[in-house]
Amino acid sequence: MRHLLKAGSFVGLGLTVVPALFVFSGTLTWRAHATLMAVGAVVWFATAPFWILREDAAHGAMES
Amino acid sequence: MTDPTTRPSATIADRSGVARGRGRGSSLADRLDAINEFDREPVTDGHLQGPGNFIGFYAGEHVAGTEFVIGPLFVAHGVAAGDLLLGLLLGNFLAVLSWAFICAPIAVRTRLNLYWKLRKIAGPKLLFAYNIVNALMFCFLAGAMIAVAATAVGMPFDIAMPGLNDLYPSSVGWVVTVLAVGSVVTLLAILGFRQIARFSKVAAPWMFLVFVACGIAVLPQLGVRSPGDFWAVANEKIWTGVPVEGRVHFTFWHVTFFAWFTNMAMHIGMADLTILRYAKKWHYGFFSAFGMYLGHYVAWIASGILVALAIQNSTDIAPGPIAYLGAGVTGLATVVIAGWTTANPTIYRAGLAMQTITPNWKRWKVTLAVGAITSVAALFPALMMRLLDFVALYGLILMPMGAVIFADFWLLPRFGLRQDYADWKQIAFSWPAAASWSLTLAACWAINAVWGLQIFFLGLPGWFIATAIYVALSFAQQRAFGMAQAERYAGDAA
Repeated sequence: MRHLLKAGSFVGLGLTVVPALFVFSGTLTWRAHATLMAVGAVVWFATAPFWILREDAAHGAMES
Repeated sequence: MTDPTTRPSATIADRSGVARGRGRGSSLADRLDAINEFDREPVTDGHLQGPGNFIGFYAGEHVAGTEFVIGPLFVAHGVAAGDLLLGLLLGNFLAVLSWAFICAPIAVRTRLNLYWKLRKIAGPKLLFAYNIVNALMFCFLAGAMIAVAATAVGMPFDIAMPGLNDLYPSSVGWVVTVLAVGSVVTLLAILGFRQIARFSKVAAPWMFLVFVACGIAVLPQLGVRSPGDFWAVANEKIWTGVPVEGRVHFTFWHVTFFAWFTNMAMHIGMADLTILRYAKKWHYGFFSAFGMYLGHYVAWIASGILVALAIQNSTDIAPGPIAYLGAGVTGLATVVIAGWTTANPTIYRAGLAMQTITPNWKRWKVTLAVGAITSVAALFPALMMRLLDFVALYGLILMPMGAVIFADFWLLPRFGLRQDYADWKQIAFSWPAAASWSLTLAACWAINAVWGLQIFFLGLPGWFIATAIYVALSFAQQRAFGMAQAERYAGDAA
């Protein structure tokens, strides 16, 4: 399950940054890029907390 | 800029039960200690952290809402493209060296946080004064972050944004938006500080990529069609070398020193003793490079590109509108999240420091008071639009105490003097430390007034001045004590 969540998170990050490269190369419109970024944000925040915070707890935060 | 306030010590009060407070009659030292009661011992070997935690911490901490302001302000100050890229490269490198060679070695040898190290050197009463100054700085910093978030919240409502030269609230809409954002941020800080701190850890990697994506996506609108076009456009349209009217022209050295000293309070000011005391080895200080080169290089460049497009399009240059140019609604959300997640712990940390004044107040009441001060400060766009000056001032004010720690740790033993003298002698107020702090600031002011050296550069001479004053005055203090002791022994013997 955690691998699935991680994969989802990386898809979210990909949707955040990769469309900008296509805008730069002229193969994607700015509007499509903005929409994909919004989708990427939703995917990231829907998946990342479940493994980042768990790993954080497992490794211990830098707190006394 | 850093969010200096996500330092782990900010969470200590939760566990130490500050809200329970102490009685009205308790001493100042007791009140200070109550806030840090679980943090006074050196970190033990079992709690040391590996490199990954430091990489994550620094990378996350230095991608904050204020990055949306600092990059554009470099453009306003007329930095040339070459000066910016090289100046940031060198300045951030010097910052990393400062963490690695000045802060980290003391952190791993003492394993104490700033609070306890400074208490041993300066005494609890001087530490109290330091805490209050720190709290006020945090309030203003949080105010800037709330103002940043307000520029994004106000945009859908067509609120008039403050301009680059605005110092005072520019419209009723701005006042209402800032107070609304300030209220929400304060309320959330009261209700769930720890949850928001966790949320900010999740948001950090995403926020960094939003900066990158924004910068790349708008390049074609500036005329960059291929990587080969970038340099010409960078010089002609982004970092043109021509400052906005009323702004000081920034050179390579301005950029270098600003990048070096943006986090002066953290490295040579020693606030990051609190972080690096968990490091297994001193060279973990080099991991600060992840924060410097992701947040203070890439993010500042990206936000500079965004503001250049805003200037070209004659649209607002506030953080919200420029982020919208790069990423639409996601850009606005990023500005809100970045401002919110960094203002939240700042308010909390300021509340911790303030609680030493009001020990009988409950935690929520202190946070509410701090939030109110912060929100009022946020009304003034000057705080945001003059952020470079404020950041320089913030670091400069706190830096002398870092120099005192450095001198106390490394230099006093070499002169045959005792370290942690206030702790050893049970002195509540170390006058050498206090004099080093105040005289250094006076000297910096004089250097600025007499020789016209700008605030961005004052940290360097200031650090040497503070170090020299502290060593000289410690010598005087400890020698005077030694002579008094000798006379007493001679009297007893007679």
